[in-house]
Amino acid sequence: MTLIDLANPTKFLSLTARVLPWLAGATAILLLIGFYQAAMAPDDYQQGATVKIMFIHVPAALLGMIGWGVMSLAALGTLVWRHPLADVAAKAAAPIGAAFTLMCLVTGSLWGRPMWGTYWVWDARLTSVLVLLLMYLGVIALWRTIDDPTRAARAAAVLTLVGAINIPIIKFSVDWWNTLHQPASVLRLDGSTIHPAILVPLIVMLVAFTLLFLTLHLAAMRNEILRRRVRTMMMMRADARAGF
Amino acid sequence: MTALSALLVRDMRLAVRVGGGALIGVLFFLIVVTLVPFAIGPDLALLARIGPAILWLGALLASLLALDRLVSMDHEDGSLDLILTARVPLELAVAAKALAHWLTTGLPLVVAAPLLGLLLNLDPKATAAVALTLLVGTPALTFIGLIGAALTVALRRGGLLLAILVLPLTVPILIFGVAASNAAIVGPIPFGTPFSILCALTLISLVIGPVAAALALRQGLSQLLATASPIIRMP
Repeated sequence: MTLIDLANPTKFLSLTARVLPWLAGATAILLLIGFYQAAMAPDDYQQGATVKIMFIHVPAALLGMIGWGVMSLAALGTLVWRHPLADVAAKAAAPIGAAFTLMCLVTGSLWGRPMWGTYWVWDARLTSVLVLLLMYLGVIALWRTIDDPTRAARAAAVLTLVGAINIPIIKFSVDWWNTLHQPASVLRLDGSTIHPAILVPLIVMLVAFTLLFLTLHLAAMRNEILRRRVRTMMMMRADARAGF
Repeated sequence: MTALSALLVRDMRLAVRVGGGALIGVLFFLIVVTLVPFAIGPDLALLARIGPAILWLGALLASLLALDRLVSMDHEDGSLDLILTARVPLELAVAAKALAHWLTTGLPLVVAAPLLGLLLNLDPKATAAVALTLLVGTPALTFIGLIGAALTVALRRGGLLLAILVLPLTVPILIFGVAASNAAIVGPIPFGTPFSILCALTLISLVIGPVAAALALRQGLSQLLATASPIIRMP
């Protein structure tokens, strides 16, 4: 089973029909374990119980960024290899990535209220995630504006790649502009600064959210393929009525 | 090379002779700057403090306003198809078009900025800093806008979408443009640091803009031919 075999949508549909239930089950189990561990995790000595927001906030932020990565890979698939499923993958990933980004912003805002005393500060990380959300919404708007799916895919692919080049630049600029958020503390060269009692549930939640993304993405791709089939059938019927 | 210079001269002629080009943009810039004191009050000290930011925002919006004329007029009258099928590399052709567009819409904004700086109580040094950063930064706005213009060229109501697609990408230009202007006025960082990053951003967009726009236009070309077919098929 190589990538090119998946180019056949029927094969993709039958494969994902077999894989999806297992994936969804694994996601549910891991999420349950993660939520249980997060609930049992000790409170922070400064932040109290609000630290538990982190178990949703951090995975959502990560998946928000991975979503754009998936879209960029799919965009390369569209423009370079003309892989038929790359269009579908890119289109399906956009709303999911946007949803995770929005979840990151909302949980961060709720966390900021007790900790920083305000729902929103113009801090570097918050602002660059907000810009990321705006770019997601721009890509979704472009998808919805162009009727023809093939053409919409190519336009969205160009925009996605331009965004992929620009996101690090935007991130750097906004960091330069203002910074208040704490520096990265999970992935560091000199080891993590988080206590294992909190780190373990966080990693479980990261894996669970990644599986959740994968499950939602595959399901959305299936829906998109079926939607396109319906569209083609309706156009054929309209053509038949018009006498072509 | 002659084809590119011909394209450049043609676009500049069109911009100057067909009304509504450069002067409308400058007029819009003037109106935006005039509106700000109505919104925040006529406090001269405050205006001087946020003056560079106002001028930058005004220039950003004014350059955005002109973007839908960049390739859509060529799409409407069919000359875009000729450019697409010409032997000149499409990347260079769209770069020439963007250069002509900047010379006729971006450069007038830079020239107008010192005059508008007087309205905002900017001292000569601050005015010079804003004009210099605008001179370096507005080409980046045009070349980033070129991508959006190429993506939305065939859409019936592309104007609003164009703004949504382009504005997030201009965040770094705005940050470093205003930062360099403020650095020249109040410090504490030296003017050179943000200014050289602004120059770097402009150089990057000079490369990415034409390449991405040419890619977008080429991808649209197959669709242009596809839309022609139903008309041919009509009984």
